[in-house]
Amino acid sequence: MRSVFLRNLLGGPATEAAPAADDAAMAEVADAMKRSARAALGRSLAIREVDAGSCNGCELEIHALNNPFYDVERFGLKFTASPRHADVLLVTGPVTKNMAEALRRTFDATPDPKWVVALGDCGRDGGCFAGSPAIVGGVGDVIPVDLVVPGCPPRPIDILKGLIALMDGAARA
Amino acid sequence: MMSPLATLLARGKKAARHAPWPRVAVDADAWTDAAGLLGRGECALLGLWGDGASVHMALLDEAANAVGVLTLACPDGGFPSVGAQHAPAIRLERTIRDLWGLTPRGAPDDRPWLDHGKWDGGAVIPYAFLPVEGEGLHEIAVGPVHAGIIEPGHFRFTVNGETVVRLEQRLGYVHKGVERLMVGKTLDEAAIVAGRLSGDSTVAWQIAFARSAEAALGVEVPGRAHFLRALMAEIERLANHFGDIGAVCNDATYPLLLAECGMLRERTLRAADAAFGHRLMRDRVIPGGVAGDLAPDGGDAIRSLVTFVRERFPRIVEIYDGAASLQDRTVTTGIVRPDLVRRFAAGGHVGRASGRAFDARKAFAFPPYDIVDFDTPLFGEGDVNARLWVRIREVEQSLALVSQILGRLPGGPFFVDLPRKRSGVEGMALVESFRGDCLAWLRIGADGRIERCHLRDPSWFQWPLLEAAIEGDIVADFPLCNKSFNCSYSGHDL
Ligand code: SF4
Repeated sequence: MRSVFLRNLLGGPATEAAPAADDAAMAEVADAMKRSARAALGRSLAIREVDAGSCNGCELEIHALNNPFYDVERFGLKFTASPRHADVLLVTGPVTKNMAEALRRTFDATPDPKWVVALGDCGRDGGCFAGSPAIVGGVGDVIPVDLVVPGCPPRPIDILKGLIALMDGAARA
Repeated sequence: MMSPLATLLARGKKAARHAPWPRVAVDADAWTDAAGLLGRGECALLGLWGDGASVHMALLDEAANAVGVLTLACPDGGFPSVGAQHAPAIRLERTIRDLWGLTPRGAPDDRPWLDHGKWDGGAVIPYAFLPVEGEGLHEIAVGPVHAGIIEPGHFRFTVNGETVVRLEQRLGYVHKGVERLMVGKTLDEAAIVAGRLSGDSTVAWQIAFARSAEAALGVEVPGRAHFLRALMAEIERLANHFGDIGAVCNDATYPLLLAECGMLRERTLRAADAAFGHRLMRDRVIPGGVAGDLAPDGGDAIRSLVTFVRERFPRIVEIYDGAASLQDRTVTTGIVRPDLVRRFAAGGHVGRASGRAFDARKAFAFPPYDIVDFDTPLFGEGDVNARLWVRIREVEQSLALVSQILGRLPGGPFFVDLPRKRSGVEGMALVESFRGDCLAWLRIGADGRIERCHLRDPSWFQWPLLEAAIEGDIVADFPLCNKSFNCSYSGHDL
């Protein structure tokens, strides 16, 4: 185990090993993130993720944001366990009829000011599940949405960019 | 002497166009006898689903790797309960009633399952959790919105101090009406939905769907398509196992291993992206083959991934194996007894950690699994540790498979045109996802569109075992136990 610790300490950050294109995109995003999150909320942004009916694909890419390649906590982005601690609700999936009430209640439990991001094609408008009698629709059909990040699932870098756009908007407002 | 399954199949009338395994229409007596066969463990239940005014039951004779489907017409809106003799059928029957309105007669549990009373015309009675009585017991209700970034579901723990006396699950929150949605879609459209039944198994599900369509149409895809599909399936298995190994260790307070495994997973997704143009390889498998060829430098990307993993992974395993504090959490935690695993015919790491070796890649070896060399790891302890070791060994096997598949990748086309408008044909497929065997079944209608499609996720037969696994353990071990299973909510909820 010691060798792994040492390698990680001496070997430099994992991001260096990432492909060049991604590195550039990541650096750009990192800069933008620092500016906007600071301007809007001081130091940090607390995010509560809500799966309102997703296929779990979007969750996998949200998880990736926490891996050492993206490591979004360094920008002050933190996923919280409770909506009561959240600034942002990051909502995935077409909202199923069976989840609509839980989503509404989660929204109500989140203190103001708050923002809602609808993630993925499903969050946007139900995606390929649109038209199913078992779903209500996109996130916007149940709670007010501030930003949509399309994709199926959106790449981690796109989720990050989306959060920055949200912060930019909030800073200007 | 005929096997019990063969005897049963001989009692019915064979459907003319059902492939590759037989489907026979039986009467209520044969149906009830089949339930008895399941109850006595002479056959395993692969699936049970509604289809208009009939029900189908898929059976597996594990010794012979033989599969058969029984169909019972329900003109009076009901069928003899299978769950009355064989508990693993209970949730499936409750689902049939919720979705198709057919009543399992004599069923031990008549509560709705996926129907939460929120659909138009759905049940409105408040859901009754099973009563638990005793001194000093209290309940902890969790979900549907959980504390982590995971799917929604409700868990009702009854505890005595720290010890879990009973866990009762309530699922169905992410029911998206997948089976109804499929009806009337073209095969290509339906494949898109099948790939979103459970996002983590998108490749496996799209292979299962495609194979069921190809079976129905009597089509064999080109060799290159088979190999590219398997390549993607093994990469998907790697990515998921990395994610889950890291997550289990993290829940046992070892974030170092989460970080290490997270890097392996990210590398895997990036290699997949480079090779196939999508991190999860979604919509790359289509009925008739694969949607695109391997990218020109895709082979190299995958080979360097294999090298990277071979270098890093053994050290992760070494840490896991050498850390007493980790083992203290995983060894003897969340034990599933081998007889339960057999009874539920649980696949994947849940089955293999408790001595059930079934692997669809071995049992029905379609190309390239018929020529490549690999083992299905098997353990017997049935605890979190054993489930983790199955994953670890499967990572090693998948790495070897990826190298073999790349090394033997045939040239030629990767797609074949499907015959148009063959109506009334039915097909079925069993495909091994990282989680276990995925069953896809469909019937193609007159206009070449889906008339009925059923997708049975491996989670159906694993979720109930999680209830058994946590009994007698402490509440704090539940996350660990849950992650070692990693059942799909979306795949189960349909
Ligand atoms: S957008 Fe795609 S990945 Fe996200 S929940 Fe919908 S189907 Fe799944």
